[in-house]
Amino acid sequence: MRSIDLSGISDASVQACEEIAKDAGVNLKDCYQCGKCTAGCPLADSMDLMPREVIRYLQLGAIDVVLDAKTPWICAQCVVCSSRCPQNVDICSAMRAVRLASKHAGKRPLPEADIFDDEFIANVRVHGVSNEQYLAAAYNLKSLHFMQDMGNATRMLKRGMVGVSMHNTKGRANVAALVDRALEADAARRAQSDEDKGGDE
Amino acid sequence: MKYSYFPGCSANTTGKSFTVSTSYVAEKIGVELVEIPDWNCCGTSAAALTSPELAVALPARSLAISERELPGLDVVAPCAGCYRSLKTSVAFARESEDNRTLIKKIINAPYEAKADVLTLLEVFATDEAREAIAAKVQRKLRCLKVACYYGCAMVRPADVCECDNVEDPMEMDDLMALIGAEPVDWAFKTECCGAAQQMTIPVQAKPMIERIFQNAQANGADCIVTSCPLCMLNLDMREAEINKARVARGEEPFDIPCYYFTELIGLAFGAGPDEVGIDIHFHPAKNLLLQRELDALELEEAENIARAEEERKKAEIAAKIAAKKAEKAAKEKAAQEAAAQAATQPEEGKEAAE
Ligand code: SF4
Ligand code: SF4
Repeated sequence: MRSIDLSGISDASVQACEEIAKDAGVNLKDCYQCGKCTAGCPLADSMDLMPREVIRYLQLGAIDVVLDAKTPWICAQCVVCSSRCPQNVDICSAMRAVRLASKHAGKRPLPEADIFDDEFIANVRVHGVSNEQYLAAAYNLKSLHFMQDMGNATRMLKRGMVGVSMHNTKGRANVAALVDRALEADAARRAQSDEDKGGDE
Repeated sequence: MKYSYFPGCSANTTGKSFTVSTSYVAEKIGVELVEIPDWNCCGTSAAALTSPELAVALPARSLAISERELPGLDVVAPCAGCYRSLKTSVAFARESEDNRTLIKKIINAPYEAKADVLTLLEVFATDEAREAIAAKVQRKLRCLKVACYYGCAMVRPADVCECDNVEDPMEMDDLMALIGAEPVDWAFKTECCGAAQQMTIPVQAKPMIERIFQNAQANGADCIVTSCPLCMLNLDMREAEINKARVARGEEPFDIPCYYFTELIGLAFGAGPDEVGIDIHFHPAKNLLLQRELDALELEEAENIARAEEERKKAEIAAKIAAKKAEKAAKEKAAQEAAAQAATQPEEGKEAAE
């Protein structure tokens, strides 16, 4: 945890942190910084902010530190932190909410994670299901990790795990429309919340 | 025992062995799994990390089809990732009328979230299913020490998954004990396998798998038993990569095969390894089973010899007791006769004296 100048934190910044907490269903005041979330996190070793610190910076209203952090993108959404928190703070949801806020702010602290999810959803939108070989190929191409898991792809091929005739949802046009409607509803909700915020000011 | 069945995207690909072994076991014990017509991907964490609306709507489409086409049936989702997505969607829909209205609008279909969502473990752990499993066991998988690995998505979040033992679940352990295997006590039952992060941040995520193998080994397990195709893929397929790195660091490679719990139940029912999909595992998985089958036979033989020896000893002691008793009885009889004689003799003596 580094020291930050709290005088530089604007009301808007504090409000943005509170919005994230609200989306996550978290009351930031509940966290008393015991660190149990971090102790159990299987990926803490690789994170730039410890899970506890993400909550701390949100408490302080330091929105930029949080939105630029790699941590929410490294998080595997395993829910160990939330499950062990003595104060019932849903840190895992907070990670998700920070990540979405960061994505909507046009930031990509860890491009690989974002590319993977985008390709996953694009794949589902087209096929109705997740076609693992298309997903891996598209991901490798876009993330520029061309050879990643190529050895494993061959091993899968040998075992008839890929390349076989696979399930495609017959109503995949329905699924594409569903994805579009869901994303529209998502955008409308965010636009509404921006408008409410504007009204407050 | 009839359920609506949500196979999930990996059912015909990377999770083939799970599908094959599941239908093998289900058929044998009279569990009927009816596939949801035209189901679609649950969206898994990718949807949750894209949009909350998408995360609840993608599963709801398949659940709504199930509600219409397979009314009254609970939905079973073998993959833990699918299970968590479906279950989260149901919980959201049940929360309020507003939530249901939102979902119906997005999926463009009626949906009331009537059916519950279950894991395959829950389906096989009912009293009825357990009785049926016990009745079908032909060969107990004795001597096989198993580390039952549940992963995270089946147990967490505890309120969504309705799990009351997040750190130490026992359903799989109990099923393994039922077929004669020996579940070990270990600490990584519900640690995360890394899920999709094994693709996006492989360097950082690899140690998650290595620690799972390490803890299983440290607690004396021969193998890891899983109940999720993604956990299985991450462990079984990546064991080779991990071993390569270990060897390069001068450490011993692991030799810990992974199995689906359904594969092991199938074996206990008398199936050959190929019948339940063990032939397409990444890490060699057949020799351990053969070795433990031999160990079990040897153990049985030793037990039979010990039992026969015990019987022989028992008979020997019983014979000795009988002999002792007979000897004692004979002695007592002789003593009685002697006493009786002694009682009459003085009379005789007197008579003689007179
Ligand atoms: S475990 Fe809970 S209370 Fe403790 S630091 Fe983490 S979020 Fe805060
Ligand atoms: S959910 Fe994320 S932050 Fe929480 S323990 Fe798991 S990996 Fe760590």
